[in-house]
Amino acid sequence: MPRNILEIENLSVEVSGKRILDDVNLQIPNGEVHVLFGPNGSGKSSLIMTILGFPSFKIISGRIIFNGVDITDLPINERVNLGINVAFQNPPSIRGVKLGGILNRLTPDKEKINELLMKLKFPPEFLERDINLGFSGGEVKKSEVLQVLAHGGKFIILDEPDSGVDVMNLRILGGIIKEELQGRSALIITHLGVILQYINAHMAHVLINGTIACSDSPTKILGQILNEGYTWCEKCLRTRTQRCEL
Amino acid sequence: MPTNKDAALRAINKPADLGPDLDLSQYSRNPRNWEPCPLSNLPKDVLERALEVGIASNKENRAASFFQIDHSVIFKAVQDAFENKVEIMSAKEALEKYDWLKDCWWKIVKVDADKYTALAELAWDQGYFIRILEDQQVTIPLQACLYISTDNLNQNVHNLIVAEPGSEAQIITGCTIHSGVRRGLHVGITEFYIKEDAKLTFSMIHNWAQNFDSRPRSGAIIEDNATFISNYMSLKPVKSIQMYPVAYCKGANSRVRFNNIIYGSGNSYIDVGSKIILQNEGCRGEIISRAIATDKAQIYARGFLQGERGNTKAHLECRGLILSDEAMIYAVPELVSKVSGAELSHEAAIGKISEEQVQYLMARGFSKSEAESLIVRGFMDVSIFGLPKDLEMEIQKTLDLTAERAL
Repeated sequence: MPRNILEIENLSVEVSGKRILDDVNLQIPNGEVHVLFGPNGSGKSSLIMTILGFPSFKIISGRIIFNGVDITDLPINERVNLGINVAFQNPPSIRGVKLGGILNRLTPDKEKINELLMKLKFPPEFLERDINLGFSGGEVKKSEVLQVLAHGGKFIILDEPDSGVDVMNLRILGGIIKEELQGRSALIITHLGVILQYINAHMAHVLINGTIACSDSPTKILGQILNEGYTWCEKCLRTRTQRCEL
Repeated sequence: MPTNKDAALRAINKPADLGPDLDLSQYSRNPRNWEPCPLSNLPKDVLERALEVGIASNKENRAASFFQIDHSVIFKAVQDAFENKVEIMSAKEALEKYDWLKDCWWKIVKVDADKYTALAELAWDQGYFIRILEDQQVTIPLQACLYISTDNLNQNVHNLIVAEPGSEAQIITGCTIHSGVRRGLHVGITEFYIKEDAKLTFSMIHNWAQNFDSRPRSGAIIEDNATFISNYMSLKPVKSIQMYPVAYCKGANSRVRFNNIIYGSGNSYIDVGSKIILQNEGCRGEIISRAIATDKAQIYARGFLQGERGNTKAHLECRGLILSDEAMIYAVPELVSKVSGAELSHEAAIGKISEEQVQYLMARGFSKSEAESLIVRGFMDVSIFGLPKDLEMEIQKTLDLTAERAL
């Protein structure tokens, strides 16, 4: 087994000719949970879309190594089948495509689905619903986490599992994510770090203006962000850039 | 008094308002002769084609069955458990049996509407009569199959359906052809009488061929507190279909809903609409249509809502999916309100398969083509028909079977 489940090397990405990720470097060792912080619009979700291979995110330079395999040019579904599972922040709704139908594709294990539904306090009726159609914010999160955990891939990415969720549901989601992440590798994106009340992460990174500004212990970084906001990181980034330029 | 025949003779050259004008002389009037027989004795290929349009040969699954091939009625029977609850017979037989039927014949659909209605009067080839008796709840579907076994045949049926007061039933009608039939013309007149407090769900599935023409002409009258649900599905290529059935919500609080699922492929020309006329207080109407156009198919998806009384409401929803640059969907929603209290609305949207949806499904492990077909199948989801679960599953099976080949 390679030491790192995910290695991102010098990754620069454009969308419609506009640079959105700039020389990103990130390593996540096997079995570790990392957190990605960043202000709105800093490129957090873009990084996820790029890791997954969404075609509109055009890689200008760099590469992505997953579990020892260069996946930079693989189609989305092949990356997923290698074991990358993403819970999206704002997934689309699709008429006539049932949540249950997608779950059946992700796992043949009906008991596992039932167990996850129970833990998530997610009514089984949702399996018969058109995916995400008319779902509330909390229901979307539960549906996404359910799909990701049902697949049980090697690497889990959760894009803002704590945004738009009420306290009650956050507690449920936090509990199950903590439990399911035991010993697994994951990247969790969060804007304000609320989910960290529930999850022990090994390392945190801050993404500012499309590049990783710093990496440190999650508690230390979260403390700084809560005290000073992201201006602290912006300063830090400036310092680093200046240092680099010098 | 001019007879129906007189009126038909005057209209026999009258083109329809919509759809390509057909030369009626190009079709044959020489059918194959079929002797009556039990459904299970029919050739396997006939039964397979019938099954694709929802027609079961196993009689336990249907309360009553009618089967016509070309111009011959080959089977009609009510299952024992439903004797004295429903009646099923050929329309000719029914007209002889019931004098009152004359007052229902050519009353909702006009005999001189166009050359196709005229043709159905002048060259009438059977069709069925179905009657659900008063207060009878028929728990399993009735079925009627109109089948063409002869190439280039013209088949003109005239059907009449009466749901007596307080009755409830579901009818599946399948119109299809033998796999060897390439051309032909099917004209189907259907008049529905939905009496007080009755509920009728009528699901019609069409499977034609690339050079086949079809001109159904249907009308319904819905009385007080009655409900009429009309489901229509056409999934195979066809040369042309043109139909614009109309439902008159005549009774107070009557309800009507049209659901159409159309998959147009090849060079199909499909002009399908639904009309709802709200004529009394408390009437409600809804039209839901799904159109998918691929290859060089042209689909006209029409809807017409007319409010003639206050405290009425109707909505029209038309969604189209274009899968090819050479295909076309033309959505034509029309609303006419003649009073202030009629609330009419429509929404229409036509687009291609959403990239975002495809990528989302790929992120769940589906390949691009799997994701696209899942979206297309989802678009044709029969749960919009609002059918009882078992019937829904049956029709979904039919759709899956056809969609599998179509995609």
